[in-house]
Amino acid sequence: MYTPHTEADREAMLKVIGVKELDDLFQCLPDKGKYPTLDLPDGISEMEILDELSYIASANETPQELISFLGAGAYNHYIPAAVDNILRRGEFLTAYTPYQPEIAQGTLQAIFEYQSLIAALTGMDVANASHYGGGTAVAEAVNMAYHQFRGRKKKIVLSPSVHPHYRGTIHTYMQGIDLEIVGEDLDPEASPDDLIELIDEDTALVLVQYPDFFGRIYDLTKLGEAAHEKKALFSVHINPISLGMLKPPSEYDADIVTGEGQPLGIPMSFGGPYLGLFATKKQYVRKMAGRLAGETVDNKGQRGYVLTLSTREQHIRRENASSNICSNQGLTALASTVYLSLLGKNGLKKLAELNYHKAHYAADKISTVPGFMVNPVQPFFNEFVVHCPLPAAEINEMLIQHDILGGFDLGLDYPGLKHELLVAVTELTSRSEIDHLVSVLEEEYHD
Amino acid sequence: MKIPAELKYTKNDEWIRIEGDIAVIGITDYAQDQLSDIVFVEIVALEGDTLDSGETCAVIESVKAAADVYLPVGGEIIAINEALMDSPELVNEDPFDKAWLIKVKMADPSQLDGLMDADTYKNLERDH
Repeated sequence: MYTPHTEADREAMLKVIGVKELDDLFQCLPDKGKYPTLDLPDGISEMEILDELSYIASANETPQELISFLGAGAYNHYIPAAVDNILRRGEFLTAYTPYQPEIAQGTLQAIFEYQSLIAALTGMDVANASHYGGGTAVAEAVNMAYHQFRGRKKKIVLSPSVHPHYRGTIHTYMQGIDLEIVGEDLDPEASPDDLIELIDEDTALVLVQYPDFFGRIYDLTKLGEAAHEKKALFSVHINPISLGMLKPPSEYDADIVTGEGQPLGIPMSFGGPYLGLFATKKQYVRKMAGRLAGETVDNKGQRGYVLTLSTREQHIRRENASSNICSNQGLTALASTVYLSLLGKNGLKKLAELNYHKAHYAADKISTVPGFMVNPVQPFFNEFVVHCPLPAAEINEMLIQHDILGGFDLGLDYPGLKHELLVAVTELTSRSEIDHLVSVLEEEYHD
Repeated sequence: MKIPAELKYTKNDEWIRIEGDIAVIGITDYAQDQLSDIVFVEIVALEGDTLDSGETCAVIESVKAAADVYLPVGGEIIAINEALMDSPELVNEDPFDKAWLIKVKMADPSQLDGLMDADTYKNLERDH
Protein backbone atom coordinates (compact mmCIF):
# COMPACT_ATOMS: atom_id res chain seq x y z
CA MET A 1 0.00 0.00 0.00
CA TYR A 2 1.28 3.44 -0.85
CA THR A 3 0.76 5.95 1.94
CA PRO A 4 1.48 9.54 0.99
CA HIS A 5 2.50 12.11 3.56
CA THR A 6 -0.43 13.61 5.42
CA GLU A 7 -1.01 17.32 5.69
CA ALA A 8 0.29 17.14 9.27
CA ASP A 9 3.48 15.35 8.10
CA ARG A 10 4.13 18.08 5.58
CA GLU A 11 3.60 20.86 8.04
CA ALA A 12 5.96 19.21 10.49
CA MET A 13 8.64 18.88 7.79
CA LEU A 14 8.23 22.46 6.64
CA LYS A 15 8.54 23.62 10.22
CA VAL A 16 11.81 21.72 10.67
CA ILE A 17 13.41 23.34 7.64
CA GLY A 18 11.96 26.74 8.48
CA VAL A 19 9.72 27.21 5.46
CA LYS A 20 6.20 28.56 5.76
CA GLU A 21 4.50 26.81 2.88
CA LEU A 22 5.41 24.40 0.10
CA ASP A 23 5.38 27.10 -2.59
CA ASP A 24 8.24 28.90 -0.83
CA LEU A 25 10.50 26.05 -1.85
CA PHE A 26 9.99 26.92 -5.51
CA GLN A 27 10.70 30.65 -5.27
CA CYS A 28 13.89 30.24 -7.26
CA LEU A 29 11.95 29.13 -10.34
CA PRO A 30 11.01 31.80 -12.89
CA ASP A 31 7.27 32.58 -12.86
CA LYS A 32 6.70 31.50 -16.44
CA GLY A 33 7.95 28.03 -15.56
CA LYS A 34 5.51 27.63 -12.68
CA TYR A 35 2.21 25.90 -13.34
CA PRO A 36 2.38 26.27 -17.13
CA THR A 37 -0.79 25.55 -19.08
CA LEU A 38 -0.20 22.28 -20.83
CA ASP A 39 -1.79 22.23 -24.24
CA LEU A 40 -2.80 18.57 -24.14
CA PRO A 41 -5.45 16.97 -26.32
CA ASP A 42 -8.50 15.32 -24.75
CA GLY A 43 -8.26 11.70 -23.72
CA ILE A 44 -8.83 9.09 -26.43
CA SER A 45 -9.83 5.43 -26.42
CA GLU A 46 -7.45 2.45 -26.26
CA MET A 47 -8.29 1.62 -29.87
CA GLU A 48 -7.43 5.12 -31.03
CA ILE A 49 -4.23 5.37 -29.03
CA LEU A 50 -3.01 2.02 -30.38
CA ASP A 51 -3.61 3.30 -33.89
CA GLU A 52 -1.72 6.51 -33.20
CA LEU A 53 1.23 4.83 -31.52
CA SER A 54 1.50 2.25 -34.32
CA TYR A 55 1.66 5.13 -36.77
CA ILE A 56 4.44 6.81 -34.78
CA ALA A 57 6.31 3.50 -34.40
CA SER A 58 6.17 2.92 -38.14
CA ALA A 59 8.68 5.75 -38.55
CA ASN A 60 11.32 3.48 -36.98
CA GLU A 61 13.52 1.42 -39.22
CA THR A 62 14.79 -1.78 -37.66
CA PRO A 63 17.46 -4.32 -38.61
CA GLN A 64 14.56 -6.58 -39.63
CA GLU A 65 13.72 -4.15 -42.44
CA LEU A 66 17.19 -2.88 -43.26
CA ILE A 67 20.42 -4.62 -44.09
CA SER A 68 22.50 -3.88 -41.01
CA PHE A 69 26.26 -3.69 -40.55
CA LEU A 70 26.01 -1.81 -37.27
CA GLY A 71 27.54 -3.30 -34.12
CA ALA A 72 29.90 -1.37 -31.85
CA GLY A 73 28.75 -3.13 -28.71
CA ALA A 74 25.25 -4.33 -29.64
CA TYR A 75 24.89 -7.15 -32.17
CA ASN A 76 22.08 -8.45 -34.31
CA HIS A 77 22.09 -12.18 -33.61
CA TYR A 78 19.35 -14.72 -34.17
CA ILE A 79 17.32 -15.44 -31.04
CA PRO A 80 15.65 -18.86 -30.98
CA ALA A 81 11.91 -18.70 -30.22
CA ALA A 82 12.36 -20.90 -27.15
CA VAL A 83 14.27 -18.12 -25.37
CA ASP A 84 11.31 -15.76 -25.30
CA ASN A 85 8.89 -18.58 -24.60
CA ILE A 86 10.71 -19.60 -21.42
CA LEU A 87 11.30 -15.99 -20.34
CA ARG A 88 7.61 -15.25 -20.47
CA ARG A 89 6.64 -18.04 -18.12
CA GLY A 90 4.99 -16.33 -15.16
CA GLU A 91 7.22 -18.13 -12.67
CA PHE A 92 10.27 -16.38 -14.13
CA LEU A 93 8.77 -13.15 -15.42
CA THR A 94 7.25 -12.06 -12.13
CA ALA A 95 9.72 -13.58 -9.68
CA TYR A 96 11.15 -11.07 -7.28
CA THR A 97 14.64 -11.10 -5.86
CA PRO A 98 15.26 -14.58 -4.45
CA TYR A 99 16.09 -13.89 -0.81
CA GLN A 100 13.84 -16.70 0.36
CA PRO A 101 15.15 -20.01 -1.00
CA GLU A 102 12.03 -21.84 0.13
CA ILE A 103 9.95 -20.03 -2.48
CA ALA A 104 12.57 -19.20 -5.13
CA GLN A 105 14.19 -22.50 -6.14
CA GLY A 106 13.54 -22.02 -9.87
CA THR A 107 15.04 -18.54 -9.99
CA LEU A 108 18.00 -19.57 -7.84
CA GLN A 109 18.72 -22.63 -9.97
CA ALA A 110 18.54 -20.48 -13.12
CA ILE A 111 21.10 -18.08 -11.60
CA PHE A 112 23.31 -21.02 -10.57
CA GLU A 113 23.19 -22.45 -14.12
CA TYR A 114 23.92 -18.99 -15.55
CA GLN A 115 26.97 -18.58 -13.28
CA SER A 116 28.22 -22.05 -14.21
CA LEU A 117 27.91 -21.28 -17.93
CA ILE A 118 29.70 -17.93 -17.67
CA ALA A 119 32.48 -19.44 -15.53
CA ALA A 120 32.95 -22.21 -18.11
CA LEU A 121 32.87 -19.78 -21.03
CA THR A 122 35.44 -17.40 -19.55
CA GLY A 123 37.53 -20.12 -17.91
CA MET A 124 37.29 -18.38 -14.53
CA ASP A 125 36.65 -19.93 -11.09
CA VAL A 126 33.50 -18.02 -10.31
CA ALA A 127 30.94 -15.75 -12.00
CA ASN A 128 28.47 -13.58 -10.14
CA ALA A 129 24.73 -13.51 -10.78
CA SER A 130 25.27 -10.66 -13.33
CA HIS A 131 25.23 -6.90 -13.50
CA TYR A 132 22.99 -4.47 -15.39
CA GLY A 133 25.16 -4.23 -18.51
CA GLY A 134 28.69 -4.41 -19.87
CA GLY A 135 29.41 -0.84 -18.73
CA THR A 136 28.43 -1.56 -15.14
CA ALA A 137 30.48 -4.76 -15.15
CA VAL A 138 33.59 -2.93 -16.38
CA ALA A 139 33.13 -0.13 -13.83
CA GLU A 140 32.68 -2.71 -11.06
CA ALA A 141 35.97 -4.31 -12.14
CA VAL A 142 37.71 -0.97 -11.59
CA ASN A 143 35.91 -0.52 -8.29
CA MET A 144 36.88 -4.01 -7.14
CA ALA A 145 40.55 -3.54 -8.02
CA TYR A 146 40.64 -0.19 -6.24
CA HIS A 147 39.23 -1.73 -3.07
CA GLN A 148 41.33 -4.88 -3.37
CA PHE A 149 44.32 -2.66 -2.58
CA ARG A 150 42.29 -0.63 -0.08
CA GLY A 151 42.84 2.55 -2.06
CA ARG A 152 46.61 2.31 -1.70
CA LYS A 153 47.16 1.91 -5.43
CA LYS A 154 45.79 4.97 -7.13
CA LYS A 155 46.09 4.33 -10.83
CA ILE A 156 44.41 2.25 -13.50
CA VAL A 157 45.73 1.62 -16.99
CA LEU A 158 42.80 1.74 -19.39
CA SER A 159 43.15 0.85 -23.06
CA PRO A 160 41.84 3.42 -25.57
CA SER A 161 40.22 0.51 -27.44
CA VAL A 162 37.82 -0.31 -24.60
CA HIS A 163 34.28 0.71 -25.67
CA PRO A 164 33.99 4.52 -25.24
CA HIS A 165 30.69 4.13 -23.36
CA TYR A 166 32.26 1.77 -20.85
CA ARG A 167 35.14 4.16 -20.34
CA GLY A 168 32.58 6.90 -19.74
CA THR A 169 30.88 4.71 -17.15
CA ILE A 170 34.20 4.16 -15.37
CA HIS A 171 34.76 7.92 -15.16
CA THR A 172 31.26 8.47 -13.79
CA TYR A 173 31.62 5.67 -11.26
CA MET A 174 34.99 6.70 -9.97
CA GLN A 175 34.45 10.45 -9.74
CA GLY A 176 35.29 11.80 -6.32
CA ILE A 177 37.72 8.94 -5.71
CA ASP A 178 41.42 9.68 -5.74
CA LEU A 179 42.17 7.52 -8.79
CA GLU A 180 44.19 8.37 -11.85
CA ILE A 181 43.10 6.82 -15.17
CA VAL A 182 45.85 6.61 -17.79
CA GLY A 183 46.15 5.15 -21.28
CA GLU A 184 43.02 6.46 -22.97
CA ASP A 185 44.90 9.21 -24.79
CA LEU A 186 47.18 6.72 -26.56
CA ASP A 187 46.74 6.36 -30.31
CA PRO A 188 43.63 4.20 -30.80
CA GLU A 189 45.79 2.09 -33.11
CA ALA A 190 47.96 1.16 -30.11
CA SER A 191 48.25 -2.53 -29.28
CA PRO A 192 47.93 -3.96 -25.75
CA ASP A 193 51.72 -4.19 -25.50
CA ASP A 194 51.90 -0.38 -25.82
CA LEU A 195 50.17 -0.17 -22.44
CA ILE A 196 52.98 -2.02 -20.67
CA GLU A 197 55.19 1.01 -20.12
CA LEU A 198 52.32 2.77 -18.29
CA ILE A 199 52.11 0.07 -15.61
CA ASP A 200 53.92 0.83 -12.35
CA GLU A 201 53.82 -0.09 -8.65
CA ASP A 202 50.92 2.33 -8.13
CA THR A 203 48.74 0.53 -10.72
CA ALA A 204 45.71 -1.28 -9.28
CA LEU A 205 44.27 -2.54 -12.56
CA VAL A 206 45.09 -2.98 -16.24
CA LEU A 207 41.92 -3.15 -18.34
CA VAL A 208 41.53 -4.15 -21.99
CA GLN A 209 38.79 -5.35 -24.31
CA TYR A 210 39.07 -8.61 -26.29
CA PRO A 211 38.24 -8.49 -29.16
CA ASP A 212 38.69 -4.77 -28.70
CA PHE A 213 36.23 -2.02 -29.68
CA PHE A 214 37.66 -2.11 -33.22
CA GLY A 215 37.10 -5.87 -33.43
CA ARG A 216 40.82 -6.66 -33.22
CA ILE A 217 42.24 -9.74 -31.51
CA TYR A 218 45.59 -9.55 -29.74
CA ASP A 219 47.62 -11.98 -27.70
CA LEU A 220 47.38 -10.61 -24.15
CA THR A 221 50.05 -12.81 -22.57
CA LYS A 222 52.71 -10.12 -22.19
CA LEU A 223 50.30 -7.50 -20.92
CA GLY A 224 48.95 -9.86 -18.26
CA GLU A 225 52.48 -10.73 -17.16
CA ALA A 226 53.45 -7.06 -16.99
CA ALA A 227 50.40 -6.28 -14.84
CA HIS A 228 51.16 -9.11 -12.42
CA GLU A 229 54.82 -8.18 -12.24
CA LYS A 230 53.75 -4.87 -10.67
CA LYS A 231 51.14 -6.65 -8.52
CA ALA A 232 48.25 -5.06 -10.40
CA LEU A 233 45.08 -6.93 -11.30
CA PHE A 234 44.40 -7.72 -14.94
CA SER A 235 40.88 -7.37 -16.32
CA VAL A 236 39.63 -8.40 -19.75
CA HIS A 237 36.27 -7.38 -21.26
CA ILE A 238 34.95 -9.93 -23.74
CA ASN A 239 32.30 -10.53 -26.38
CA PRO A 240 30.87 -13.87 -25.21
CA ILE A 241 30.17 -15.19 -28.73
CA SER A 242 33.83 -14.75 -29.66
CA LEU A 243 34.82 -17.20 -26.91
CA GLY A 244 33.26 -19.94 -29.03
CA MET A 245 36.55 -19.88 -30.89
CA LEU A 246 39.03 -17.63 -29.07
CA LYS A 247 41.24 -18.56 -26.12
CA PRO A 248 39.40 -17.67 -22.91
CA PRO A 249 40.93 -14.77 -20.92
CA SER A 250 41.83 -17.21 -18.13
CA GLU A 251 44.64 -18.40 -20.41
CA TYR A 252 46.08 -14.89 -20.24
CA ASP A 253 45.84 -15.19 -16.45
CA ALA A 254 43.10 -12.55 -16.22
CA ASP A 255 42.01 -11.82 -12.66
CA ILE A 256 38.67 -10.38 -13.73
CA VAL A 257 36.63 -11.04 -16.87
CA THR A 258 33.70 -8.81 -17.76
CA GLY A 259 31.45 -8.92 -20.79
CA GLU A 260 28.36 -7.57 -22.47
CA GLY A 261 25.90 -10.45 -22.54
CA GLN A 262 23.55 -8.91 -25.14
CA PRO A 263 24.77 -11.17 -27.97
CA LEU A 264 23.53 -14.17 -25.94
CA GLY A 265 19.87 -14.14 -26.89
CA ILE A 266 18.99 -10.59 -25.87
CA PRO A 267 17.45 -8.24 -28.44
CA MET A 268 19.23 -4.96 -29.24
CA SER A 269 16.08 -3.03 -28.19
CA PHE A 270 17.56 0.44 -28.47
CA GLY A 271 20.29 -0.09 -25.90
CA GLY A 272 18.82 -2.23 -23.17
CA PRO A 273 18.08 -3.92 -20.89
CA TYR A 274 21.32 -5.79 -21.48
CA LEU A 275 23.43 -8.03 -19.30
CA GLY A 276 26.72 -7.47 -17.49
CA LEU A 277 28.91 -10.57 -17.24
CA PHE A 278 31.37 -10.64 -14.36
CA ALA A 279 33.77 -13.44 -13.44
CA THR A 280 36.88 -13.63 -11.31
CA LYS A 281 39.36 -15.90 -9.56
CA LYS A 282 38.24 -17.57 -6.34
CA GLN A 283 40.72 -15.59 -4.26
CA TYR A 284 38.91 -12.33 -5.10
CA VAL A 285 35.38 -13.58 -4.59
CA ARG A 286 34.90 -11.64 -1.34
CA LYS A 287 35.62 -8.39 -3.13
CA MET A 288 33.18 -9.09 -5.96
CA ALA A 289 30.06 -6.93 -6.10
CA GLY A 290 26.61 -8.39 -6.58
CA ARG A 291 25.55 -11.81 -5.47
CA LEU A 292 26.31 -15.45 -5.93
CA ALA A 293 23.89 -18.38 -5.96
CA GLY A 294 25.21 -21.71 -4.71
CA GLU A 295 24.15 -25.34 -4.66
CA THR A 296 23.59 -27.00 -1.31
CA VAL A 297 21.45 -29.65 0.36
CA ASP A 298 18.39 -29.06 2.51
CA ASN A 299 17.60 -30.69 5.87
CA LYS A 300 16.38 -33.80 4.05
CA GLY A 301 19.56 -34.12 2.03
CA GLN A 302 17.90 -32.94 -1.20
CA ARG A 303 19.68 -30.71 -3.67
CA GLY A 304 18.72 -27.04 -3.36
CA TYR A 305 19.95 -23.56 -4.18
CA VAL A 306 20.53 -20.47 -2.06
CA LEU A 307 22.14 -17.06 -2.27
CA THR A 308 25.50 -18.22 -0.96
CA LEU A 309 27.33 -14.95 -0.90
CA SER A 310 26.64 -11.30 -1.16
CA THR A 311 29.16 -8.97 0.32
CA ARG A 312 28.20 -8.37 3.93
CA GLU A 313 28.59 -4.63 3.60
CA GLN A 314 25.51 -4.43 1.45
CA HIS A 315 23.26 -5.60 4.23
CA ILE A 316 24.81 -4.99 7.61
CA ARG A 317 27.77 -2.66 7.17
CA ARG A 318 26.54 -0.39 4.44
CA GLU A 319 28.76 2.50 5.40
CA ASN A 320 31.75 0.30 4.52
CA ALA A 321 30.38 -1.03 1.23
CA SER A 322 32.75 -0.91 -1.73
CA SER A 323 29.83 -1.24 -4.16
CA ASN A 324 26.14 -0.51 -3.79
CA ILE A 325 25.13 -3.22 -6.24
CA CYS A 326 23.38 -6.06 -4.46
CA SER A 327 20.96 -7.17 -7.16
CA ASN A 328 21.36 -8.73 -10.57
CA GLN A 329 19.80 -8.63 -14.04
CA GLY A 330 17.56 -11.66 -13.61
CA LEU A 331 15.52 -11.87 -16.78
CA THR A 332 18.26 -11.20 -19.31
CA ALA A 333 20.60 -13.53 -17.39
CA LEU A 334 17.93 -16.19 -17.80
CA ALA A 335 17.69 -15.39 -21.52
CA SER A 336 21.41 -15.92 -21.94
CA THR A 337 21.21 -19.17 -19.94
CA VAL A 338 18.47 -20.53 -22.18
CA TYR A 339 20.33 -19.32 -25.27
CA LEU A 340 23.62 -20.97 -24.30
CA SER A 341 21.82 -24.17 -23.29
CA LEU A 342 20.10 -24.36 -26.66
CA LEU A 343 23.35 -23.80 -28.53
CA GLY A 344 25.53 -26.08 -26.44
CA LYS A 345 29.29 -26.17 -26.63
CA ASN A 346 29.46 -27.21 -30.29
CA GLY A 347 26.67 -24.86 -31.32
CA LEU A 348 28.48 -21.89 -29.84
CA LYS A 349 31.68 -22.91 -31.59
CA LYS A 350 29.86 -23.18 -34.92
CA LEU A 351 28.14 -19.84 -34.35
CA ALA A 352 31.45 -18.12 -33.60
CA GLU A 353 33.00 -19.64 -36.73
CA LEU A 354 30.06 -18.52 -38.83
CA ASN A 355 30.44 -14.96 -37.55
CA TYR A 356 34.17 -15.07 -38.13
CA HIS A 357 34.00 -16.42 -41.67
CA LYS A 358 31.18 -14.15 -42.82
CA ALA A 359 32.99 -11.11 -41.43
CA HIS A 360 36.17 -12.13 -43.22
CA TYR A 361 34.30 -12.66 -46.46
CA ALA A 362 32.84 -9.15 -46.07
CA ALA A 363 36.24 -7.61 -45.28
CA ASP A 364 37.81 -9.27 -48.34
CA LYS A 365 35.04 -8.11 -50.65
CA ILE A 366 34.95 -4.53 -49.30
CA SER A 367 38.74 -4.31 -49.74
CA THR A 368 38.29 -4.90 -53.45
CA VAL A 369 36.34 -1.63 -53.84
CA PRO A 370 38.77 1.11 -54.90
CA GLY A 371 39.40 3.58 -52.04
CA PHE A 372 38.18 1.22 -49.31
CA MET A 373 40.76 -0.58 -47.19
CA VAL A 374 40.74 -3.15 -44.43
CA ASN A 375 43.98 -3.90 -42.57
CA PRO A 376 45.05 -7.18 -44.22
CA VAL A 377 47.16 -8.56 -41.38
CA GLN A 378 45.33 -7.64 -38.18
CA PRO A 379 43.29 -10.62 -36.85
CA PHE A 380 39.67 -9.78 -36.04
CA PHE A 381 36.48 -11.57 -35.02
CA ASN A 382 33.13 -10.37 -36.43
CA GLU A 383 33.83 -6.66 -36.65
CA PHE A 384 36.50 -4.69 -38.48
CA VAL A 385 37.51 -1.16 -39.44
CA VAL A 386 37.10 -0.01 -43.03
CA HIS A 387 39.14 2.98 -44.09
CA CYS A 388 36.92 5.02 -46.43
CA PRO A 389 37.74 7.52 -49.18
CA LEU A 390 35.19 9.94 -47.62
CA PRO A 391 34.09 10.67 -44.06
CA ALA A 392 32.27 7.60 -42.69
CA ALA A 393 29.27 9.79 -41.86
CA GLU A 394 28.77 10.54 -45.58
CA ILE A 395 29.09 6.86 -46.50
CA ASN A 396 26.39 6.01 -43.94
CA GLU A 397 24.08 8.73 -45.28
CA MET A 398 24.42 7.34 -48.77
CA LEU A 399 23.92 3.72 -47.64
CA ILE A 400 20.70 4.44 -45.78
CA GLN A 401 19.22 5.67 -49.08
CA HIS A 402 19.74 2.07 -50.22
CA ASP A 403 18.12 0.67 -47.05
CA ILE A 404 21.52 -0.31 -45.71
CA LEU A 405 22.38 0.56 -42.13
CA GLY A 406 26.10 1.17 -42.49
CA GLY A 407 28.71 0.66 -39.82
CA PHE A 408 29.60 2.78 -36.82
CA ASP A 409 31.20 6.13 -37.66
CA LEU A 410 34.32 6.00 -35.47
CA GLY A 411 34.75 9.76 -35.78
CA LEU A 412 31.88 10.11 -33.31
CA ASP A 413 34.10 8.83 -30.51
CA TYR A 414 37.60 9.25 -31.94
CA PRO A 415 38.01 12.65 -33.64
CA GLY A 416 41.04 11.40 -35.59
CA LEU A 417 39.08 8.54 -37.17
CA LYS A 418 36.45 10.34 -39.21
CA HIS A 419 37.24 8.26 -42.29
CA GLU A 420 36.98 4.97 -40.43
CA LEU A 421 33.82 2.86 -40.49
CA LEU A 422 33.40 0.03 -37.97
CA VAL A 423 31.55 -2.79 -39.76
CA ALA A 424 29.90 -5.71 -37.93
CA VAL A 425 28.80 -8.98 -39.51
CA THR A 426 26.88 -11.74 -37.75
CA GLU A 427 25.35 -15.08 -38.74
CA LEU A 428 22.26 -13.10 -39.76
CA THR A 429 24.17 -11.21 -42.44
CA SER A 430 23.73 -13.18 -45.66
CA ARG A 431 26.24 -13.47 -48.45
CA SER A 432 23.86 -11.68 -50.81
CA GLU A 433 23.54 -8.77 -48.36
CA ILE A 434 27.32 -8.45 -48.21
CA ASP A 435 27.53 -8.61 -52.01
CA HIS A 436 24.80 -5.99 -52.23
CA LEU A 437 26.73 -3.63 -49.93
CA VAL A 438 29.82 -4.08 -52.05
CA SER A 439 27.95 -3.43 -55.30
CA VAL A 440 26.38 -0.26 -53.85
CA LEU A 441 29.82 0.98 -52.78
CA GLU A 442 31.22 0.17 -56.22
CA GLU A 443 28.38 1.95 -58.01
CA GLU A 444 28.50 5.06 -55.85
CA TYR A 445 32.25 5.45 -55.69
CA HIS A 446 33.55 4.33 -59.09
CA ASP A 447 35.99 6.72 -60.72
CA MET B 1 33.98 -18.47 29.63
CA LYS B 2 37.77 -18.26 29.58
CA ILE B 3 39.44 -15.01 30.65
CA PRO B 4 43.20 -15.57 30.93
CA ALA B 5 44.62 -13.63 33.88
CA GLU B 6 47.81 -12.46 32.14
CA LEU B 7 46.01 -10.52 29.34
CA LYS B 8 44.62 -7.00 29.08
CA TYR B 9 41.10 -6.36 27.75
CA THR B 10 39.00 -3.67 26.08
CA LYS B 11 35.31 -3.03 26.48
CA ASN B 12 34.94 -3.97 22.79
CA ASP B 13 36.05 -7.50 23.74
CA GLU B 14 39.55 -7.43 22.32
CA TRP B 15 42.44 -8.98 24.29
CA ILE B 16 46.02 -7.74 24.33
CA ARG B 17 49.12 -9.76 25.22
CA ILE B 18 52.20 -7.65 25.95
CA GLU B 19 55.51 -9.07 24.74
CA GLY B 20 58.09 -6.35 25.42
CA ASP B 21 57.18 -3.43 23.15
CA ILE B 22 54.96 -5.68 21.03
CA ALA B 23 51.20 -5.98 21.56
CA VAL B 24 49.48 -9.13 20.25
CA ILE B 25 45.77 -8.58 19.67
CA GLY B 26 42.78 -10.89 19.31
CA ILE B 27 39.12 -11.16 20.28
CA THR B 28 37.92 -12.77 23.51
CA ASP B 29 36.13 -16.02 24.14
CA TYR B 30 33.03 -14.00 25.01
CA ALA B 31 33.24 -12.16 21.67
CA GLN B 32 33.56 -15.34 19.60
CA ASP B 33 30.70 -16.91 21.54
CA GLN B 34 28.45 -13.90 20.87
CA LEU B 35 29.31 -13.90 17.19
CA SER B 36 28.76 -17.69 16.89
CA ASP B 37 30.17 -19.55 13.83
CA ILE B 38 32.82 -17.37 12.25
CA VAL B 39 32.98 -17.71 8.48
CA PHE B 40 35.43 -15.03 7.42
CA VAL B 41 38.24 -12.99 8.88
CA GLU B 42 39.58 -10.04 6.97
CA ILE B 43 42.56 -8.22 8.35
CA VAL B 44 42.33 -4.81 6.78
CA ALA B 45 45.75 -3.54 7.85
CA LEU B 46 48.90 -4.54 6.00
CA GLU B 47 52.29 -5.31 7.50
CA GLY B 48 54.30 -2.12 7.70
CA ASP B 49 51.23 0.13 8.12
CA THR B 50 51.20 2.50 11.06
CA LEU B 51 47.78 2.81 12.67
CA ASP B 52 46.43 4.88 15.54
CA SER B 53 44.62 3.30 18.44
CA GLY B 54 40.92 3.07 17.69
CA GLU B 55 41.35 2.41 13.98
CA THR B 56 39.72 -0.65 12.42
CA CYS B 57 42.32 -3.37 11.90
CA ALA B 58 40.12 -6.38 11.10
CA VAL B 59 36.58 -7.41 10.28
CA ILE B 60 35.19 -10.67 11.60
CA GLU B 61 32.11 -12.09 9.98
CA SER B 62 29.97 -14.83 11.43
CA VAL B 63 26.74 -16.43 10.29
CA LYS B 64 24.99 -13.85 12.47
CA ALA B 65 26.91 -10.59 12.18
CA ALA B 66 30.02 -8.77 11.10
CA ALA B 67 32.11 -6.97 13.68
CA ASP B 68 34.97 -4.52 13.41
CA VAL B 69 38.04 -5.06 15.50
CA TYR B 70 39.57 -1.79 16.70
CA LEU B 71 43.25 -1.45 17.41
CA PRO B 72 43.54 -0.89 21.19
CA VAL B 73 47.04 0.49 20.95
CA GLY B 74 48.63 2.39 18.06
CA GLY B 75 51.87 1.60 16.28
CA GLU B 76 53.42 -0.25 13.38
CA ILE B 77 51.80 -3.48 12.26
CA ILE B 78 54.57 -6.08 12.30
CA ALA B 79 52.59 -9.28 11.68
CA ILE B 80 49.11 -10.42 10.67
CA ASN B 81 47.74 -13.92 11.11
CA GLU B 82 47.41 -15.21 7.56
CA ALA B 83 46.18 -18.61 8.78
CA LEU B 84 42.81 -17.07 9.65
CA MET B 85 42.06 -16.32 5.98
CA ASP B 86 41.77 -20.03 5.24
CA SER B 87 40.68 -21.18 8.70
CA PRO B 88 38.38 -18.55 10.23
CA GLU B 89 36.96 -21.24 12.55
CA LEU B 90 40.17 -20.95 14.62
CA VAL B 91 38.64 -17.83 16.17
CA ASN B 92 35.90 -20.03 17.63
CA GLU B 93 38.20 -22.88 18.55
CA ASP B 94 41.15 -21.08 20.08
CA PRO B 95 40.52 -17.33 20.43
CA PHE B 96 43.41 -16.64 22.81
CA ASP B 97 46.19 -18.50 21.07
CA LYS B 98 45.99 -19.72 17.46
CA ALA B 99 43.51 -16.99 16.52
CA TRP B 100 45.64 -13.96 17.35
CA LEU B 101 44.90 -11.34 14.68
CA ILE B 102 47.66 -8.83 14.56
CA LYS B 103 50.95 -7.82 16.21
CA VAL B 104 51.73 -4.16 16.78
CA LYS B 105 54.98 -2.50 17.74
CA MET B 106 53.57 -0.01 20.21
CA ALA B 107 54.26 3.66 19.54
CA ASP B 108 53.08 4.74 23.00
CA PRO B 109 52.80 1.96 25.61
CA SER B 110 51.03 4.41 27.95
CA GLN B 111 47.92 3.74 25.83
CA LEU B 112 47.79 0.42 27.69
CA ASP B 113 46.91 2.25 30.89
CA GLY B 114 43.26 2.56 29.95
CA LEU B 115 42.84 -1.19 29.40
CA MET B 116 41.17 -3.59 31.80
CA ASP B 117 42.75 -6.49 33.66
CA ALA B 118 41.06 -9.90 33.69
CA ASP B 119 39.08 -9.27 36.87
CA THR B 120 37.66 -5.97 35.69
CA TYR B 121 36.78 -7.48 32.31
CA LYS B 122 35.07 -10.42 34.01
CA ASN B 123 32.83 -8.08 35.98
CA LEU B 124 32.11 -5.78 33.05
CA GLU B 125 28.46 -4.86 32.91
CA ARG B 126 26.84 -5.89 29.64
CA ASP B 127 23.99 -4.09 28.00
CA HIS B 128 22.14 -7.34 27.53
